[in-house]
Amino acid sequence: MSAPRYFAAALAVTALLAFFLHDRSAGSAKAASVKPEKDRREAPDFTLKDADGKKVHLSDYKGKVVLLDFWATWCGPCRIEIPWFMELERQDKDKGLEVLGVAMDDEGWEAVKPFLAEMKMNYRVVMGNDETAREYGGVDALPTTFLIDREGKVAAIHIGLDATRKDYEDAVQELLQTPAGAGRTALPAGPMAAVSH
Amino acid sequence: MLAALLCLPALWPQSPTNERLTVGQPQKVAGKRNETLHTKIPISILPGYHVNSNTPSDDYLIPLSLTWSALGSLEGGQVTYPKPTLEKYEFAEKALSVYTGNFELAVSFKVAATAAAGPGVAVGKLRYQACNNKACFQPKTVDVTVPYSVQ
Repeated sequence: MSAPRYFAAALAVTALLAFFLHDRSAGSAKAASVKPEKDRREAPDFTLKDADGKKVHLSDYKGKVVLLDFWATWCGPCRIEIPWFMELERQDKDKGLEVLGVAMDDEGWEAVKPFLAEMKMNYRVVMGNDETAREYGGVDALPTTFLIDREGKVAAIHIGLDATRKDYEDAVQELLQTPAGAGRTALPAGPMAAVSH
Repeated sequence: MLAALLCLPALWPQSPTNERLTVGQPQKVAGKRNETLHTKIPISILPGYHVNSNTPSDDYLIPLSLTWSALGSLEGGQVTYPKPTLEKYEFAEKALSVYTGNFELAVSFKVAATAAAGPGVAVGKLRYQACNNKACFQPKTVDVTVPYSVQ
């Protein structure tokens, strides 16, 4: 490799490492201690369709706390968390929480709709795609869950079963207690760190 | 900064893959028309991960599955999967039927009665879905090739 190309590659890797370590450290923090507002990044907006074919934009939920859960029907750990999120939706929807599932099944609604019925899922689910997954850091591991504050910024990331039900409850309560407009600073929008286990 | 740059080559993996499952090269098989040939396909799972066996414990789990897309001068391609292990994971109430570590898939072919003499390659697709104790990963399909020679 020539020196300029080596240097460019080195810079790119260094930048990636810095980005990775920044979000990794924040993401691995327990939910009860969500990221400080100054460290939160804008959650990438998306347009995805729900089970009824209606378009859903993340930006529709500005002013709400959003629990955004990437999952799939073939994912055992996802099946542990889904009942937790259904309970959170029941408890806290009136206080401003919206749980939004992003299904990542390759087979699409054919696989997902029967599961929604079987689980009696009470929150909205949209069908994910590679582009959205890329915007959110690749989402290689499922479940991957993003807690988004009322300003539309990512307050916590959980990859796999790295948080308990109580961690989620505490984090949601903390975010619900912060009124919309309370945030002062925001990091620019950008893809989430690509983290894999 | 300079020290960090000098360390960079060590940060690049020798192999660009971080696949949780890798398929080794099976031994080349050779035989005459109508003969039955046997080979083994070596598979390796990264430590800390597992793939569902060919007979998973639950309907919703994606099984390990090898199918043949092009057999060339061979027929059959019957796959014998090893005995799975039952492992308990944090996310499942019951033990799951899985493969871990290194194992082999045994495959048998029959050389076609009309096969022309010479080399060829049987091509298959191995589909798998890997997890660790806390997360699962998108199902993947990898190519499997078995070189053969008709004598």
